[in-house]
Amino acid sequence: MLTFQGKSVINGVAIGKLFVYKKGEQQVKRARVEDTESELARFRRAQQEAIKQLQDLYETSVKSIGEASAAIFEIHQMMLQDDGFVEAIENIIRTQSVNAEYAVAATSDNFYKMFSDMEDDYMRERAADVKDISERLLTALSGRSAGMEKLSEPVIIVADDLAPSETVQLDKDKVLAFVTVHGSLNSHTAILAKTMNIPALIGTPIPLDDTVDGKPAIIDGAKGILYVEPEEKILAQMQERKRAEEEQKELLLTLRGKENITLDGRRIKLYANIGNSKDLAMVLQNDAGGIGLFRSEFLYLEKEDYPTEEEQFSVYKTVAETMAGKKVIIRTLDIGADKQADYFKLAHEENPAMGLRAIRICLTRPEVFKTQLRALFRASAYGNIAIMYPMIISVDEVRRIKEMVAEVKKELEEQHIEYGEVEQGIMIETPAAVMMSDELAKEVDFFSIGTNDLTQYTLAIDRQNPELDAFYDAHHPAILRMIKTVVDNAHKAGIWAGICGELGADTSLTQDFLKMGVDELSVSPGRILPIRKIVLETNVNAL
Amino acid sequence: MKELKYTITDPEGIHARPAGELIKLLKEFESAITIAKDGKSADAKRIFGVMGLAVKQGQEITMTAQGADEEIAIQKIEAFLKENL
Repeated sequence: MLTFQGKSVINGVAIGKLFVYKKGEQQVKRARVEDTESELARFRRAQQEAIKQLQDLYETSVKSIGEASAAIFEIHQMMLQDDGFVEAIENIIRTQSVNAEYAVAATSDNFYKMFSDMEDDYMRERAADVKDISERLLTALSGRSAGMEKLSEPVIIVADDLAPSETVQLDKDKVLAFVTVHGSLNSHTAILAKTMNIPALIGTPIPLDDTVDGKPAIIDGAKGILYVEPEEKILAQMQERKRAEEEQKELLLTLRGKENITLDGRRIKLYANIGNSKDLAMVLQNDAGGIGLFRSEFLYLEKEDYPTEEEQFSVYKTVAETMAGKKVIIRTLDIGADKQADYFKLAHEENPAMGLRAIRICLTRPEVFKTQLRALFRASAYGNIAIMYPMIISVDEVRRIKEMVAEVKKELEEQHIEYGEVEQGIMIETPAAVMMSDELAKEVDFFSIGTNDLTQYTLAIDRQNPELDAFYDAHHPAILRMIKTVVDNAHKAGIWAGICGELGADTSLTQDFLKMGVDELSVSPGRILPIRKIVLETNVNAL
Repeated sequence: MKELKYTITDPEGIHARPAGELIKLLKEFESAITIAKDGKSADAKRIFGVMGLAVKQGQEITMTAQGADEEIAIQKIEAFLKENL
C-alpha cells in the first residue's frame, strides 16, 4: 500500500481504479519557412478552428456544468483573439521566417511567464489557461483531433494538472474523483470538483506512471489522503464510510424538513448530542429538532484552569442563539472517571467509575458548580436552554441542587441580570435513579436516560474490558425494562423522558422505544435522519 | 477624451469572468478604451491586457475612452463596474 497526502477540496470517500491522464506532449521544433504568408494563413486557420472548438465546448458545457463554469471557454476564445497575443505570434512568423508552431510556443511561454510571476494566487492559476489555449492551437496546427480518450469504467483521474478543456470533455459519470500533482484550491480541477461534488486532491506528490496507473485506490477526502492498493482493513473502513455517506445523502434529500411522526400519528422528538460548539453545523445540517445533550465537559477539559463564568456564558449563549429557540439541553460538568482535568486535583481512585465524579464534584465544590449555573442561567435569556444534572442517585441530591439553583437565581435578580425560563432535568444513569424514578419525577421537569453508564452499572460489566464482551448484551432485557419503568414513572408525574445514550441511536430498537412511549431520542447528528426514516415507516399500534 | 475612476469592491478583483464580460461590452464601441492601474495602462479590449494588470479588491482603476462614442462608452462602463466589480 502506498499513501500520498494532498490538499482536499471536498470531504468524502472515492473508491476505484486510478487512471493516469497524460497530455499528448507536443514537441515543438523550430523550422524555417520560405513562404511566411502561407504560414500566417495556416496559423489563422488553426486559430479559427480552435475558436470554433471552444465555442462548441462552451455550448455543451453550459448544459452540463452551467453558465458560470462554462464561461471559461468564452474567456479562452477571447484569449485566442487577443490582439497582443495574436500579433506576437504573427510577428515571430514574419520577422524570423519560422513555423507557426514555434511562434505559438514562444509566445505562449512569454504570456505564461507574465501570469506565473504574479503575486496573486488566482492570477498565477491563469497561467494554466495560457498553456491550455496554446496546446489547443498546436493541436489544431498538427491536424490531430483533440480530446481525452473514452473511459470504459468509472475511475479516479490522476494528472499533473487538468486544463478546463480537458476536464469538460470528461464523461462525468465515469469520474469518481480527481488527483492532481499541481494546481491550487483555485484551479479549474478544484472548482469543477466542487461543482460536481466529488472528492479531489490537489497538490499531491504522486508519480504519473505504472506504479499507480490502473491500481485500485481510495481517496479519503476528510484527511486528504490517497491510498494506492489499500490494505483490507482500510478498504473495509472506507467502504463503510462511503456507504454511510451515500445513505446519508439520500436521506438528506428525502427526509429533511419532515416531522418525526409514525404512520398512526405518534410523535417523537429527535435531538442531537454534541460535545463542542463546533458541532453545531452538523446539528443544523441533519435537521435536529434541538440539542438533547450538550456535553459541557469540553469547556473544562481543553483548559489549564477552571473556565470563567464569562467564558462559559459566551459558549452557552452562542449555542442558544444558533439554535434559535429550539431546545438546548446542557448537561452540567461530568468530570471524573475517564474524563480527567488536572486542575481539579482529584485524588487517585481505585474504582473511578464509582468515584468522585459529575454531580458529586458539584455538590462537594459548590463554587465550581455555581459558576457554571450562573453562566447557564445568564445564557438562558438568549434562547431555549434546559439544564440536566448527571449521575443522580437520590431525591436528596436533587433538592440540594435546587437550593443552589435558587441561590443563583436570587443573586442574578439582585444584580438585575436577566435570565429565562429554564427546564431542569436529570440523567437517569444509575440503577438507584431508576428505582427512585417515581419520586424523582415529582422534583424535575424531565428525565434523560444515559444508557452507557446505566448498562455498565446494571450489568456490572466494564465496557473497557474486551474480555467481557462475551457476557455483554447491549439489548439486555434488564435495561429495556428499566427504560420502560422510567418512561412510565415520568408520564405518571406528567413529565417527559428521553434517551441520550448510545442505545438511543440503535435503529434496531427505535420501534421498541416508540412502543414504550419514549418522548425524545438524542443521538449523534448523523443518526437523526436514519431514525426519522424508521419513525415514518412505523405503525405503533401494529407492533 | 472621457475618463472614469473606480475602486474595485469585488473580493476576487477583476478575475477572468468579469474581465471577459467587460471586453464583450467594450467591443461594441468604436472608441479606443484603456484601463490603467498604478500608472500601468493597457488596452481594455484585450483580455490579456485587462488580466495582466491583476487588479485586486480595493485598488483604483482609471478607464479612458477616446473616439466618437466615448461619452456613451464611459457611461456604460461605469454602470458595468458598479454592477459587477
